[in-house]
Parts: sequence; structure tokens; C-alpha cells
Amino acid sequence: MGNILLTGAIEIGKILLVIVPLLVSVAMLTYFERKVIGAIQLRKGPNVVGPFGLLQPFADALKLLTKETIVPTGANRVVFMMAPVLTLLLSLVAWAVIPFGYGMVLADINVGILYLFAISSLGVYGIIMAGWASNSKYAFLGALRSAAQMVSYEVSIGFVIITVLLCVGSLNLSDIVMAQRNVWFFIPLFPMFIIFFVSALAETNRSPFDLPEGESEIVAGYFVEYSSMSFAMFFLGEYAAMILMSGMTSILFLGGWLPPFDIAPFNWIPGLVWFALKTAACLFVFLWVRATMPRYRYDQLMRLGWKVFLPFSLLWVVLTAGVLMATGWIAR
Amino acid sequence: MAASLDRSARALLLSELVSGMALTLKYFFKPKVTLNYPYEKGPISPRFRGEHALRRYASGEERCIACKLCEAVCPAQAITIEAEPRADGSRRTTRYDIDMTKCIYCGFCQEACPVDAIVEGPNFEFSTETREELMYNKAKLLSNGDRWEAEIASSLAADAPYR
Repeated sequence: MGNILLTGAIEIGKILLVIVPLLVSVAMLTYFERKVIGAIQLRKGPNVVGPFGLLQPFADALKLLTKETIVPTGANRVVFMMAPVLTLLLSLVAWAVIPFGYGMVLADINVGILYLFAISSLGVYGIIMAGWASNSKYAFLGALRSAAQMVSYEVSIGFVIITVLLCVGSLNLSDIVMAQRNVWFFIPLFPMFIIFFVSALAETNRSPFDLPEGESEIVAGYFVEYSSMSFAMFFLGEYAAMILMSGMTSILFLGGWLPPFDIAPFNWIPGLVWFALKTAACLFVFLWVRATMPRYRYDQLMRLGWKVFLPFSLLWVVLTAGVLMATGWIAR
Repeated sequence: MAASLDRSARALLLSELVSGMALTLKYFFKPKVTLNYPYEKGPISPRFRGEHALRRYASGEERCIACKLCEAVCPAQAITIEAEPRADGSRRTTRYDIDMTKCIYCGFCQEACPVDAIVEGPNFEFSTETREELMYNKAKLLSNGDRWEAEIASSLAADAPYR
């Protein structure tokens, strides 16, 4: 009995060890975003609250917490309140299978990548629920856009993942990282790396694919009716999803926790740090793209997804499979 | 044929995207133009038209002779002056009010003034929490003059060669 309790306590401790730093990094990501975009626009960004403005996200969180939660009269209350919870929950549970270092993973399951794919596909439900339950035309349009966009880009993400899986021969994320000991996959699969990253931008509704929240047309999209903590939960969910996508990019293409060269000064640094660095680099590109690109038009977005990425990634799957078969490199 | 090949190569290699990203990355490392406002302020011209002030002579005597030219020229009719002879027989104002909520900061009052008494100083940070505080009276304007005399005198001196 005591043994079970102890194991349970250790597991909960481990989960907290993942969740708490994750939420803190979400907060820091909002700060980082404002700093990076500020720098690109020749501004300084937040620099008043705390040293270098580092406490700004916590001040923002405090502000949101003390605000009033408004539920619109026409809203479906239960679904309305469930939607942000679901969004945040889904962006957190995905971290169960992410390996932070060798053996540093909560659940080392053999279908890790499939699990990640399933969870990120479920993310669309939070958005649809929010859009439907708000009973507002802007929220509804935003939710529809978001749903269509996420479904479209999941297809090409799926093909990209298949390409990686062909090279690895396993769905286990730790195995995927270990398969990159000799060469990180972004070198042989460079076009797939680009497609994956762009699709990740679309999947997380980030600029230039932030049509679902296109403020010039539909105010703020699916979370237009949300305020206070329910809004903050959507926000946390969106940023946690960004970190998750960056983590996936570094696991699938940038060698996860592996150092760039397995020689002295590089392999002294623990794998966790390498993983964090790679994820941070991907996140920087997320923000960099946001500061550079104007928003896509909706038909351009759909064209890119279905008429460019889908055929290209499909072609590349066939090509990779062909090369692997012809050279006998295919993993068994 | 060559043109379409060129175009597809550009599209496929994302040359526009890459050059755009390179440009923003260049800006990322440029020095920032932000002024840390309450601590740093931008330069202002000697002709800057800010908060009004009534000046005095070095002797401490107030300059205004109640000619009411400023009151007459004021396009917003923000100035109200009442005057009567003082005990020593000189003509002085008994009342000099400016409604700062009416004022359009055109600077006609200081142009009209024959003795450089009413001036618009370099101060632009005089917001208040109530509307009443913006109804300036003579005491307030004179105290502004005492407070900003150094800056006002140097601006007038700097601008003098050009007028």
C-alpha cells in the first residue's frame, strides 16, 4: 500500500517537474516574443517591470487573474467554460512523451509520435467548442477557419512524419532521436524540415497563418468572447502548443538532446540543455517569422496546404522510400 | 520558358522569404531607437510651444502691461484679462486667466506680446487629473514663469537671430 503511494507521489512529482517549468517557459515565451518583435521593429520591448522587464509576464498574468470572467448571455455555459480548459489540457498532456534527455521521459511509449499527432489533432476541438459555444459570429468564423486550417496542414505534417519514420523504423521518440546520432535529419530531409516547420506555424495558428484570429477581419477569432482566466488559458494553450511544436521539430529533425558533435566541449553539456537550446532556437524562428511575414489570404493558405505541401511531401515520401529500398538502408 | 523556370526556382528555393527574413534579422541587431521616456526625452526646438508662462523682469517686476493684445489675437478666445491702474500708477492686470482646455497652442499670444511677457515654454508635461486644474490664473502663470525662466530665456536667445 505504502509502496503504491510512494510510486504515485514520485510520478506526480515528475509530472510537476515537467508542467511547472513548462508553464514558466510559456510565460517567458510571451516576454521573449515581445522582446524579439520589439528588437526587429527597432524598439526595446518591455523593460520596466523587474530587471530587463523579466517580470512582465507575471504582471500580465496577475492582471488577467484579477479581471472579471464574462460569459455572454447567449453562450452555452458548460461548453464555453470547457473549451479553454480542454485547449490547455491538450497542450500539456502532449509533453508526457517528449524525451528531454536520454531516458528523461515521463512515458516512453512505443507509439510516441502517433500519440503526439493525435493530441495535436485533438487541439482543434477546443477551438471549435469555443467558437460554437460563444454564440458570436466572429468566434464562429474564427473557429471554422481554424478547424479547416489545422485539418489541412495536419495532412502534410503526417507525410513529413512518415518520411522520418521511414528513416528511423520506430515510432518511439527516443529511438527517433538516437537514430540521428550520425546525422541530424534536417540535412538529408531538408525540404521536409521546411515543410514541417511551415506546417507547424499553420498548425499552431501562428503568423503568417494566423487567419483564425485575423484581427482586421474577425476581431480576435474564436476567443473573442473570452476574458480573464479563460482567455489566459487559451493564451497559455497556444503558447504551450508553440513550444510543443518546436520541441517536436528539434526531436524529429534537430537531433533532440544530442550535441551537434559528439566531441569534448559539446558532450560535456547535458542533453537537457541541448534540447532546450534547440527548442528555443525554433521558437525564435517562430517569432522571427511573425515579425517578418504579412498574413496569408485564406485561399492562399488553402492553396499552399493542399496544392503545394501535400503533393510535395507525398512525392518526397515516395522518393525517400525508394532511396531507402534501393540502397538497402531501410531500418528493420 | 526561361522566365517560368526562373520564377519556379525562386518560389521553390523561397528566395523572397529568405531575403525578407535576412532583412528583419539585420534589424534585430541594429541599435534601438526607443527613448526610455520619463527618464530620457527627445530634443525640442527653441520654438517649441508648450505650457504658458508669464515672465518677470530681472528686478522681479512683472512684464505684462495689460495691453490685451494676446486676448484680442487669441483665436480660441482662451485668454481673459482684467486690468486697472496699480497704486504706483502703472497699468497692470488684476486678472490673467488662460483656459488651457481651449488653448490650441498656436503661439499667437507670444507673437502679439510687445514685452515678451506671455510665452509658451518648453514644458509639455502638465497633464492634470481634473479639468478645473487646467483653468490657469495669473498666480499659476507667474509661478510657471519663475520656474521655467532659465529655459525660456535660453530658447528666446537661441531663436532671436532668426526673427
